Amino acid sequence: MSGIGWWGVPVAVLAGAIRVSTPFLFVSLGELVTEKSGRVNLGLEGTLVMGAMSGFAIAWLTGSPWLGVLAAALVGALLGVLHAAICSLPRVNPIAVGIAMMLFGTGLAFYLGKPFIEPKAPELPALDLGFWSANPAIRSALKVNALFFIGVALAPALVWMLRNSGIGLVLRMVGDSEDAARAMGYSPRLVRLAATGFGGALAGIGGSFLSLYYPGSWNEGLSSGQGITAVALVIFARWNPMGCLWASLLFGGAGALGPALQAIGVTGFYHLFNALPYIVTLLIMIVSCSPDRTLAGAPGELSITR
Amino acid sequence: MRLVRLADAAAPPLVALLATIVAFALFLLAAGADPLRAYGLIYLGAFGTWFSWQNTLVRAAPLLLTALGMALPAQIGLIVIGAEGGFVAGGVAAIAAGLPLAALGLPAVIVLTGMALAGMATGAALVAACGALRHWRGVNETISSLLIAYIAIAVCDQLVEGAMRDPASLNKPSTRPLPEALMLGTIPGTNVHLGLVLGLIFCVLAYVFVFHTTWGFAARVVGANARAGRLVGLPVGRLILIVTALAGAATGLAGMVEVAAVQGAASADLAVGYGYTGILVAFLARQNPLAVIPVAVLMGGLEASGGLLEQRLQLPDATITVLRGLLFIMLLASETLQGRLRLKLRARAPRPAPEPVRRAQAGGA
Repeated sequence: MSGIGWWGVPVAVLAGAIRVSTPFLFVSLGELVTEKSGRVNLGLEGTLVMGAMSGFAIAWLTGSPWLGVLAAALVGALLGVLHAAICSLPRVNPIAVGIAMMLFGTGLAFYLGKPFIEPKAPELPALDLGFWSANPAIRSALKVNALFFIGVALAPALVWMLRNSGIGLVLRMVGDSEDAARAMGYSPRLVRLAATGFGGALAGIGGSFLSLYYPGSWNEGLSSGQGITAVALVIFARWNPMGCLWASLLFGGAGALGPALQAIGVTGFYHLFNALPYIVTLLIMIVSCSPDRTLAGAPGELSITR
Repeated sequence: MRLVRLADAAAPPLVALLATIVAFALFLLAAGADPLRAYGLIYLGAFGTWFSWQNTLVRAAPLLLTALGMALPAQIGLIVIGAEGGFVAGGVAAIAAGLPLAALGLPAVIVLTGMALAGMATGAALVAACGALRHWRGVNETISSLLIAYIAIAVCDQLVEGAMRDPASLNKPSTRPLPEALMLGTIPGTNVHLGLVLGLIFCVLAYVFVFHTTWGFAARVVGANARAGRLVGLPVGRLILIVTALAGAATGLAGMVEVAAVQGAASADLAVGYGYTGILVAFLARQNPLAVIPVAVLMGGLEASGGLLEQRLQLPDATITVLRGLLFIMLLASETLQGRLRLKLRARAPRPAPEPVRRAQAGGA
C-alpha cells in the first residue's frame, strides 16, 4: 500500500470485500437453496475444500481455469447428492451427516491434492475496473474477478426464481411443509436431492475461486472456515438471496481488515482481525435469534432454527 | 433380554465398521496399495507391539475427554461441536495459571491442580455459553459452538504470539514452558502419561452422572422431549447449563493435559484436531460415555498407525483422515438399521405366554 498510507486501509477493505466475499457469496447462495428445501448441509466446508482442490487440479492439467470451475461444480454437486442420499435414509441426523461430510471432504481433498501443492495453475480472468487510476493500489483493488459478477447476478436471479418460477414454488413448498408437497404429488426426497446437489455445486465453485484466483494456489490451509461461516450467513440473511449478497460483502470487508492493517504496519491484532467475521456472525445471531419464535423467512421444515 | 438390547445397540456400528473396511480397501486398491498389507500395518502400528500400544494410549487420552465434549450435550439433545476451542483455550488457560503458580515455588500437585481447574473453568465457560445462547436466545448451538471455537482459537493464537509469548521462541511462537519437574508424570512402568487415567475417571464419572443420578435422568428426559421436560417442571435452562459446562470442562481438561504432559507449553500446535476427532469418537460410541473408552482407544490406534502407513506404503498422511471420514459417514448411515435389526431379533425370540387382559387395558385403551 505504498504512497497512500492510511488511505490504503479503506481501499484494501473495499478490494477485500469484493475478493474475500466471492466464496462466501457462492457458498451461502448454495446453502440458501438447500435450506429452502428444508434441509441443512453443514458439509459445505468439505465441499468448498474439495472444489478448491479439484478446480485447481483440472485447471492445471487442462490449462483452462473455466474447465476447473466446471469440475469443481461437478464435484460439489456429487458431494451434495451424497449428503442428500444419506440424509434421505430414515433416522439419520442431517446435521451429523454434515459434520461427517466436512471431515470426509477435507480429508479426501488433502489426500488427492498432495501432488498439486507445488504447481501454479492458470488464473481466472479479471476485469480491470481501476484503469482510470494511476495508483497501483487502487488499480489492484479494482481488479474484479469474473466469478464475482456471476455471483452478484445469481442473487437477484435466485430471488426471481424463488418468487416467480414453478421450480421456486415447489422448492419453497417442500421446505415449508413436507406433507403439503407430498399431497401435491411431489417427492420431498427428490426435490431435496436436487436442491442439495445444486447447493454443493455452488459451494464447489466458491472453492475453485479460492484456488484459482484469490489466494490463487492450492494448499491445505486454504479454507479457514468459509464454508461453515456461510451456513451462519444464510441465517443472518434471513433466507433472502439479496441478503446473502450484502452479508457476503460485509464479511469480506471484515475479513480483509486484518491483512489491510498488516500491510500498513499495524500487526498487533492480526489473529483477532481474522476472527472478525466469526465474531460478527455470532453477534448477529445472538441479536437476531429468539427463543420464542422461529425466524421470519425460515423454511418451516428446517431443523436448524428451532 | 439385556444381552439382546446390547447386541442391538452395537450391531449398527459393527455393520458400519465392516462396510468401512470394504470401502477403504477399494479406495486403497484405487490408490495402488495392497489393502491387506495396509490393514496389517494399521494393526501393527496401533496394537502390534507394547510400544505401539503405548503410542495408541497416549493418543487415546485426549480423545476420551474431547469425546465427552460432544457426548454429554447430546444427552440433553444438543449437538455441540466446539471441543477444539475448549481444548485449545483450556491448554492456554492452564499454562497461564501454571506459570505464576510455578514461579511461587509451590509443589507440583498444587500447580497441576491449579492448571487443571483453570483449564476446566475456561472450557466450561466456552461450551456453557453455547448452551446458554441456545436456551435463552434460541441460537443454534451447533453453529455457535463452532464459531466460538474459531474465535477462542484466534484469541489463543493472539495471546501466544503476543502477551504470553516466550521471547526465546523465535521461529515458532509459544508460551514459556512449564518447568520439567512440574510436568504431569507417567503411569509407572510405561510411557503413557497420567492424562489417560484422568480421561478414564472422567468417562466413568460421566457415565454415572448420565445414567445413575437424577440430574442425568432429567437431562435425558429433556433430550428426548424438551416440551415434556418443561411440562413436568424440570429446570431446563439450569440442566442445559450444567451439562454443557461439564462437557466444556472435559475439553478444557484435555487441553490442560496436552500442555502439562505432552507439549510443556502452549503454541499453535495445540489445534491439531483432537476436538474434531472427539466428535467422531462420540458418534461411534453412540454418545455413551462408557463406550467412549474402547472407541477412543480404537481411534487412537488409527492415528498412531498413520506414520507407519506413510513410511512403508508411501501413502500421504491424509489417508487416515479419509478412513476416518468414511467411517463417520458409514456410521451415520448405519443409524437407519437401528429399528430394523431389533424387529428381526424380537421375531426370533420366543413369545411370552399371553397375559390375561387387565381391566385397565380393556377399559382405557
